[in-house]
Amino acid sequence: MSLLTVEGVVSGYGEMQVLRGVDLRVEEGEIVSIVGPNGAGKSTVMKLIFGLIKPWEGKVTFAGEDISGLPPEQIVRRGLCYVPQVDNVFPTLTVEENLEMGAYILDEPLKARKERVYELFPRLAERRSQRAGKMSGGERQMVAMGRALMLDPKLLMLDEPSAGLAPLLVDLIFEKVAEINRTGVAVLMVEQNAKRSLELAHRGYVLATGKNQVEGPGSQLLGDPEVARLYLGG
Amino acid sequence: MVETRPLPRARALRRTVSTVLGSRWALVGLLALIALFIAVASSMQGVTGTRMLGLIVRGVLLGGVLALGALGVTLVFGVLKMANFAHGDMMTVGAYLGLVVMSLLPAGAPVLGLGFGYEFIVALVVVMPLVGLIAYGLDRLTFRRLRQRRSAPVMMAMAALGIAFGLRSIVYMVFGADFAFYYQGRARPVVELFPGVRVRTDQLFILGLAVLLIVLVYLLLERTKVGKAMRAMADNADLARISGIPTERVVFWTWLVGGALAGAGGMLYGLDVQLRPEMGWWLLLPLFASVILGTIGNVYGALLGAFTMGIVWQVSSAFVNPAYGPAAAFVVMILALLVRPQGLMGGDR
Amino acid sequence: MDATVLPRSVLLAVPLYLLLVVVLRGRSAVVKHVVAVVAALALSAALTLLLPAGTLSYVTTFLLMGSVYAVLTLGLNVQWGYTGLFNIGIAAFFAIGAFTSALFTTNMPTGSLAAFTQQAFGLGAPFWVGLLAAGAVAGLLALLVGGPTLRLRGDYLAIATIGIAELVRLVFQNERWLANGPQPLRGLPQPLSCLTGNGCDWLPGFVNSFFAPLAPRDYPYVYVAIVALVLFLVYTGLERAIRSPWGRVLRAVREDEDAAAMSGKNVAAFRMQAFVVGAVIMGMGGSLYAHYVVAIDYGHFDPLYGTFLIWVMLMLGGSGNNRGAVLGALLVWAIWTGASFLVDALRPTLAAISPQLPQRGPYIRFLLISLLMLFIVLYRPRGVLPEEKVVSLTRD
Repeated sequence: MSLLTVEGVVSGYGEMQVLRGVDLRVEEGEIVSIVGPNGAGKSTVMKLIFGLIKPWEGKVTFAGEDISGLPPEQIVRRGLCYVPQVDNVFPTLTVEENLEMGAYILDEPLKARKERVYELFPRLAERRSQRAGKMSGGERQMVAMGRALMLDPKLLMLDEPSAGLAPLLVDLIFEKVAEINRTGVAVLMVEQNAKRSLELAHRGYVLATGKNQVEGPGSQLLGDPEVARLYLGG
Repeated sequence: MVETRPLPRARALRRTVSTVLGSRWALVGLLALIALFIAVASSMQGVTGTRMLGLIVRGVLLGGVLALGALGVTLVFGVLKMANFAHGDMMTVGAYLGLVVMSLLPAGAPVLGLGFGYEFIVALVVVMPLVGLIAYGLDRLTFRRLRQRRSAPVMMAMAALGIAFGLRSIVYMVFGADFAFYYQGRARPVVELFPGVRVRTDQLFILGLAVLLIVLVYLLLERTKVGKAMRAMADNADLARISGIPTERVVFWTWLVGGALAGAGGMLYGLDVQLRPEMGWWLLLPLFASVILGTIGNVYGALLGAFTMGIVWQVSSAFVNPAYGPAAAFVVMILALLVRPQGLMGGDR
Repeated sequence: MDATVLPRSVLLAVPLYLLLVVVLRGRSAVVKHVVAVVAALALSAALTLLLPAGTLSYVTTFLLMGSVYAVLTLGLNVQWGYTGLFNIGIAAFFAIGAFTSALFTTNMPTGSLAAFTQQAFGLGAPFWVGLLAAGAVAGLLALLVGGPTLRLRGDYLAIATIGIAELVRLVFQNERWLANGPQPLRGLPQPLSCLTGNGCDWLPGFVNSFFAPLAPRDYPYVYVAIVALVLFLVYTGLERAIRSPWGRVLRAVREDEDAAAMSGKNVAAFRMQAFVVGAVIMGMGGSLYAHYVVAIDYGHFDPLYGTFLIWVMLMLGGSGNNRGAVLGALLVWAIWTGASFLVDALRPTLAAISPQLPQRGPYIRFLLISLLMLFIVLYRPRGVLPEEKVVSLTRD
């Protein structure tokens, strides 16, 4: 049984349909990357899984439970955490406070969890009392990911983690994703930077015009001329 | 946007001027200019330095009361992105509930050289959470439904006005239109702060209590989980939801705290001046002026704004009819908006 | 038959005729007007004959005040309904219109009266001068005030307008030299009141003798015709304006300001124009109000009567919609006056709850109106008449 399954999902915003039947799955402990051209619906799939929009048709199952249409605060409790692409930190809160917000639903002391995040992101440890809004793009991405990791999720969803970052930082972020994955956390990633994300991923999906087009192991997709054809560069 | 194209140098100059004009220091400069204007105008009217000092002191006291209301307004705006036009009338409700509670208790002897007895303190303790709960109840009945429907801001404002007038009409119905006082005919001990500047001990208590409550709110926001969640929601409500924060619970606490502060503010104002059904509505303008000057949604800004406006209000009576006090605060707000619409603490454009 | 029946029917026919002109649709304008005249006279004669004088008088007064508020609501509709300007300071323009009209049309007090009444000036001009001056001064205030405030975002503009209204109220309350504040300014002339008195010098003899049976207490019949005429002119003027190219731009600005700006329109100028036009209408409404109540003071224009009530009218009737504005005004005025009957009827119950409650009747009405607003906002935000799709008369 897969950790996460998305079956035949159709949805959109208001009356505008974006997803026309998407299927995907994520197994425990694997990294799955969703790539595709702009407007393909990649971010929409993420938002749907996380309960920010409701499916018109289809189903989302997580750890054997049907979570279709549940609100985010319920989904978070089941071990699924989400890092949005933009506005993904609380700018007037410090790094430490951002992390605390990630584990708000817990009633226990958070010291151990925070330490784990600081171990993963040493740069944040140095800046823990700094306001998140004053940090650089790369550091903010780390804060955002750290916040999502506070609840020890089984699956971490990342929406374009490398967007807007300098190449050196892109390397760093992907390295960290790999490191997170090595601790047993499955990762579902939407990425514009198809090459790097497919290099990292165990499996990938190519989404275009709201539907799956191609699926397969990351390395296979990388070499596939069909994928290259589906969109320029990447 | 299609714009005519002036020469590049002229455009750069215009941009520089507008950046300078819109900067925080320009706003501070404006306030300094206003202070200067007031100083000159009052000295021309023959107002003595002592009287001016006295007015400034009274302004600080008034600022304390305004701060309590302003904090509530700014918290609600920050977390709920809503301008609560009913806040003034919530203060009125607090003041009058205090009257009710005090009438139920036997009158006690004045406390510690102040002008009021223990019953006032008891009333404060009872009224604050009560107004908080009333505020939350009103939110549940009205604003929350509008929020869920993603109603336009004008609908929220109309609902707030409806609540404001509704609360006021209930106060009128129950208590009538006349003034009321917490204490009548009681000795009101006075203390001399500076040579020639006398304040009532009650007023010092009011300021002290206001400061205490402000510190408590600070601790709430900085040290408690709920307070941090309030700040998080003010930053980004969607992200708060994504992080699993129970947003409706945070909303409850926001109204509870905001309402409690309003209740305290109302009772303290009533103690200092008097009670009348219009008292809250009259305070609404200076409250919002304070909040807007200090950047709406910003807690420190609200404090700065409140004390500034309190001083402007009192000091303006040195050279115009004291009735125009709130109008003076309003004029300062308009001038501030012209120079820097985002207020003292807002980000740079 | 009572001798006042004929003159009263003729006067009452005026508002009925105007109403029919608006409501009737017909191909030929001449036919429409003839039908309207005949129907109005017939209807009004029937009403005058069938209804007891007291009841008809009450209905007339009701229509009169309802129409005054309809003018004010139309003004708000230009600002809010068509341009999306959030004005919670209607009372400012209402008040300034009323006081301007008063100052223009009264005479400076002389002799013993001067001891009690102060005013800045008194030109003793005729009513229509006062009416126009009221609109002009209100428009001027809007021009002054709009400069710094119209560019503010919605809720800031709302606060600014509340502030303006407070400022105007404070001025009229405290500046004795201006309009006798806080004391009322009395003795405003009532236009054509000579018709119900000794006859107007400037009217031909037969007109005077026709209206001779009327007594001063029948004056509402005269005034309702005047108010209806002003309302009609404002309404048709606005209906035409909204279908003009100017009106189209206004609507475009409300729908999507950025798009309107991108098509080269000077958005700020249009918003100012709408603000001023709305204010002019509100000022005229103030004048109409003042000359009916004859004595005004700052208390008439408090936030509830002068601002909130009008918002309730527009929201109930349907904003963005001139018909809605008028309908809303009449409906809410009916609710307001009906509520006072209700409160009177409930007097014994109220007295049982508390001896002071009956005299606090007006506040019970405030509560009812507040609840009405909440009801509208929660359950019927679009109002009774939904916004109509307006088709422009001419192409740009």
